[in-house]
Amino acid sequence: MIVEDAICSFCGCLCDDINVEVEENKVKRVRHACRLGSSKIMGHERIRRPMVRKDGELKEVSYQQAYEQAAKILLAASKPLLYGWASTVCEAQKKGILLAEEVGGVLDSTATVCHGPSVIGIEEKGLPGATLGQVKNRADTIVFWGCNPAEAHPRHSLRYSSNACGRFTPEGRSAKKIIVVDVRETRTSKNADKLVIIQPGTDYEVISALRMLVAGKGDMVPEEVGGVAKSELASLSEMLLAAKFGAVFFGLGITHSRGRYKNIDNALSLVTDLNSHTKFVIMPMRGHYNVGGIGQALAWSSGYPMSVDFTRQAPYFNPGETAACDLLAKADTDAALIIAADPASNFPRTIVEELAKIPIIQIDPYENPTTLLADVVIPSAIAGVEAEGTAYRMDGLALRMRKLVNSSYPSDEEILDGILESVRSLRCSRSLQGGLKDDN
Amino acid sequence: MISGRTLAQGANCESKMSEDFFKAASSCYLSKEDYDLLGLSDGKNILLKNEFGKTVFSPRVDDGLRRGIVFIPMGPWANILIGPDTGGCGTPQFKGVEIDLEATNSPIQDIRELFGSIKRAEA
Repeated sequence: MIVEDAICSFCGCLCDDINVEVEENKVKRVRHACRLGSSKIMGHERIRRPMVRKDGELKEVSYQQAYEQAAKILLAASKPLLYGWASTVCEAQKKGILLAEEVGGVLDSTATVCHGPSVIGIEEKGLPGATLGQVKNRADTIVFWGCNPAEAHPRHSLRYSSNACGRFTPEGRSAKKIIVVDVRETRTSKNADKLVIIQPGTDYEVISALRMLVAGKGDMVPEEVGGVAKSELASLSEMLLAAKFGAVFFGLGITHSRGRYKNIDNALSLVTDLNSHTKFVIMPMRGHYNVGGIGQALAWSSGYPMSVDFTRQAPYFNPGETAACDLLAKADTDAALIIAADPASNFPRTIVEELAKIPIIQIDPYENPTTLLADVVIPSAIAGVEAEGTAYRMDGLALRMRKLVNSSYPSDEEILDGILESVRSLRCSRSLQGGLKDDN
Repeated sequence: MISGRTLAQGANCESKMSEDFFKAASSCYLSKEDYDLLGLSDGKNILLKNEFGKTVFSPRVDDGLRRGIVFIPMGPWANILIGPDTGGCGTPQFKGVEIDLEATNSPIQDIRELFGSIKRAEA
């Protein structure tokens, strides 16, 4: 059987033209996907059974026993952290938000080690955005700033941006101007008309200089900014102003560097400035396929897009205080539920050492370094391959992921339901016992 | 030092205990000039260190890099060199990190060795 036009669940492109060949309920071949998507859909070695750590060793248990142990850990904690959520569907994310509210925890997503600064910058300034379809059909000038889609979003250029042919861009790549700003040459920059190499950590200064040039105040710009000659920046500014429809895509090159959210704030201002002269849009290159979804689900439930503290009477958001890395660095959380993420690999080592000091519940299809530190391990179906649900593309478009094959593993949503039920029943039996004690 | 996604790292990011992920994420890319200057051409590894930690990588030449900049695929090896400060916005600075580097004959730690040394608290 061939499942046509399946949606890929690797990156924020959510390519929706994937053909998946299924035989005897197993994925045999994946067509149209890039190397990243193909690897994701084909799958890897799985965690076989739920496990609970006893005497230092992970021992197999039933799902019910794992749910109960997870519930005990969450209820014993005064401020559990519920972290991850970017590689699962919105239905599971909604359930996680409910669990965070019920146990009084902090829910944070992998955005905080990724495009978190973009989220903060966008909250400050607003996003002059567009759909990827609009970019494909209209953009004649495309800027990739601090991102390398050729390796991180391999089909972005062909489907949506530099090499896409659209309604008003029928000639594709040949009629477009492609600009790359980075600290190095990349596979993406090989396809560029103009490559501007800046010194690491100078994005803010270079963006500021461009804003001056766009505003016609080039006389105030020094001869060199961020290692780039003024004449080079002036020619870049002319290219931007010559666009009929420009699109800026930015990546972790600017969110992970000195300046962080202020870089994004300034980039958004540059695009706002350009809109006084021509049409320009801007978009973060979101990494995990549904990191946009957890931002949406959190925003519609709590008013905040990430790092939401549910331990108070109302949701509270203050990144730098309520983000996962900050909580762990300051020992301000005493248990962690990790779902669809691997913080042991992706957090700074000193923070991983703090994470290892608290009880960890892991929900994931695969063994990874977080498993090595976990106290409860619950294997799940792969969302977007073995479980259906909703995901948000990098431009905010909601798409429905279909189930491609059946799985004997429960979905993330079913696992969270199981933990939630155990939390409620444990809490109920404790309050009954408390009541009986009072009666005696 | 900057860290980030590569195709090989991304294709193996859900099989992190595999040899392929080890090969993809324990490499350090540097310019040909820096590679030669450090005398890495005779099969030596490279030791990277800063105030946050130190670890050994397999050196590889990347012609797209300028002198003085090294690139490491994102992952647990790179993150040994990343500090915990988030600058008040929740995100550590994964790029633009100052490091010292030298050639070494020491081996690269595999993923289980890397985490075997972390002290875990019993629940």
